[in-house]
Amino acid sequence: MVTTDTRIDTEVVLSVEDLRTHFTTRWGTVKAVDGISFDLRKGETLGIVGESGCGKSVTMLSLMRLIPVPPGQIVSGKIVLDGEDIVPISEQEMAEIRGSKIALIIQDPMTSLNPVFSIGNQVEEAIEIHQDIPKQSIMDRALEVLRKVNIPAAETRVKDYPHQMSGGMRQRVVGAIGISCQPQVLIADEPTTSLDVTIQAQYLKLLKDIQKDSDLSIIFITHDFGIVAKMCDRVAVMYAGRIVEHGSVRDIFNNPSHPYTEALLASVPRMDRVVDRLFSIEGQPPPLHDLPVGCAFADRCPVVMDKCRESYPEIKAVSDGHTAACWKVE
Amino acid sequence: MTTIESSQETFEQGQVLLEAKNLKKYFPVTKGLLISKVTGHIKAVDDISFELRAGETLGIVGESGCGKSTTAKMMLMLEEPTEGSILFKGDDVHHGGAGVRKSYRSSVQAVFQDPWSSLNPRMRVKDIIAEPMVINWNITKAEQQSRVLKLLNDVGLNEYHSNLFPHEFSGGQRQRLAIARALALNPSVIVLDEPVSALDVSIRAQIMNLLKDLQAEYKVAYMLIAHDLATVRYMCTWVAVMYLGQVVELSPVQELYNNPSHPYTKALMSAALPSHPDTEQEEIILQGEVPSPLNPPPGCYFHPRCPDAMDRCSVERPEVKEIAEGHTLNCHLF
Repeated sequence: MVTTDTRIDTEVVLSVEDLRTHFTTRWGTVKAVDGISFDLRKGETLGIVGESGCGKSVTMLSLMRLIPVPPGQIVSGKIVLDGEDIVPISEQEMAEIRGSKIALIIQDPMTSLNPVFSIGNQVEEAIEIHQDIPKQSIMDRALEVLRKVNIPAAETRVKDYPHQMSGGMRQRVVGAIGISCQPQVLIADEPTTSLDVTIQAQYLKLLKDIQKDSDLSIIFITHDFGIVAKMCDRVAVMYAGRIVEHGSVRDIFNNPSHPYTEALLASVPRMDRVVDRLFSIEGQPPPLHDLPVGCAFADRCPVVMDKCRESYPEIKAVSDGHTAACWKVE
Repeated sequence: MTTIESSQETFEQGQVLLEAKNLKKYFPVTKGLLISKVTGHIKAVDDISFELRAGETLGIVGESGCGKSTTAKMMLMLEEPTEGSILFKGDDVHHGGAGVRKSYRSSVQAVFQDPWSSLNPRMRVKDIIAEPMVINWNITKAEQQSRVLKLLNDVGLNEYHSNLFPHEFSGGQRQRLAIARALALNPSVIVLDEPVSALDVSIRAQIMNLLKDLQAEYKVAYMLIAHDLATVRYMCTWVAVMYLGQVVELSPVQELYNNPSHPYTKALMSAALPSHPDTEQEEIILQGEVPSPLNPPPGCYFHPRCPDAMDRCSVERPEVKEIAEGHTLNCHLF
């Protein structure tokens, strides 16, 4: 596994600076993503971890510029992809980037494929939009990517419809569409939650192989620390719309510095050892339209101080490449 | 009719409560609309046996389609077994009289995976929790109410919540309500069908801890259906690993995790996600997918995907063997 340190010099393909995505609702402004920043380097896997409602999916949608406007809006910040800020560009320009430079694999392969088109058709469609090549080469290219994601007997299965395939196979097709135009960044939003354990293992291995082959950068959106441990080089832990801790995967697992990260790690049962009692975080995350002034985790935090309720902690460095937003960190 | 007191039967820890004997469930596959013909059977559960002891937790793990939900349904009397029987305190529940069935139904309760669909949205919390008592017990309104309050307190909620509707609760709280309802009749067994997999990570630990505490307090036995091996290790005393309708390995929990022996169990454990980035895992990536239960392979059902398959595996079905105390498996390697 590669750690941050060896990748520090490699090229940054995606850089997010102080991104804020807000939604106007009748309860007030929902600050779903509120000032997050991170860099993604070539060939690296970044995990974005958090519970539902922490803003990880809105982050993903913002990166793809798929936020429904209104009610949502990217109110400030920059998303620099391959040297170009994609926040101010037009929808038409974005449509060209989407799929060819940055692609997405979403959670549910049952709903992300169109049931009335054959899978070959759906892979070809993605290629046709972005590449101006003859029909025959499009078909060849589609077959090639389907082989790349290990669809057995791809020549015959291109004519199959989604319902004729199992969940694992369907998710492979979604993956094939994702990589069909050789993007630089692939966002995988919980790609394996609907799959069985052994099929999940196959799929994760496949993603790793593809990444190695083409030096792809992957953002893994997940709530599962197991996936992070297995797949990621770096991790950003999100809570209530902000990144509370960010570091290499070993920093996060060996030296969790935000109480939320620490508590989350302690609340996951382990397969490799006997745990007498799991740590459980009491309460629930605060509603995003009514966030407290100070730290959003203060009400659930076991080591809360007065200061935490007064103002939001700044992001501080714990060690090289490892940051946390907590007053406890000196 | 039963009352609160008479429902509180106590069992000695470790006494066999429930026994499944050679359970089978075949679903017929038919062809034709008017004159339908049975063309085959889906062997959802194919000859499984296990015991559930008082105060203990039996975990059933396996991938989708392995028959764990069908097994749970048979335990809840929602499906009749094709063959075999379930003995509860010695009585055959599926073939017994109305009395046996009725007492079984109130002694065995369920908590389902999805707390968004398992609670009636039009009923208030107090009515949801009281409903099993209204049906089964002859007690006064006041007694019902005080029991509802006790149950709410036991699952970490309070009196204020009793007048609310399910939509006013979060997922974790709803699962607490489902647990309170399951406990209402002082059952001796609760079937938990993936009780935490629909919940958020930080809420899962709350519910798992709650279930463990309630088990100690109510002396109830759990049958936990799960796919996550870490959850099973935390919750269970016994584990049965299922593959294509069969129990391939059955063992006390520590023994299974220290000494997984069936090639399928090993593969499942290696496929499970690590707890730490430095965890060393044997890499066994199983090829292909679970075969169709309509037409299972001959011999050992696992042989087409098994990394250790031998010639006889494709011909002969392995017998159940005991390799350590309580640790049984069916595999030709042993």
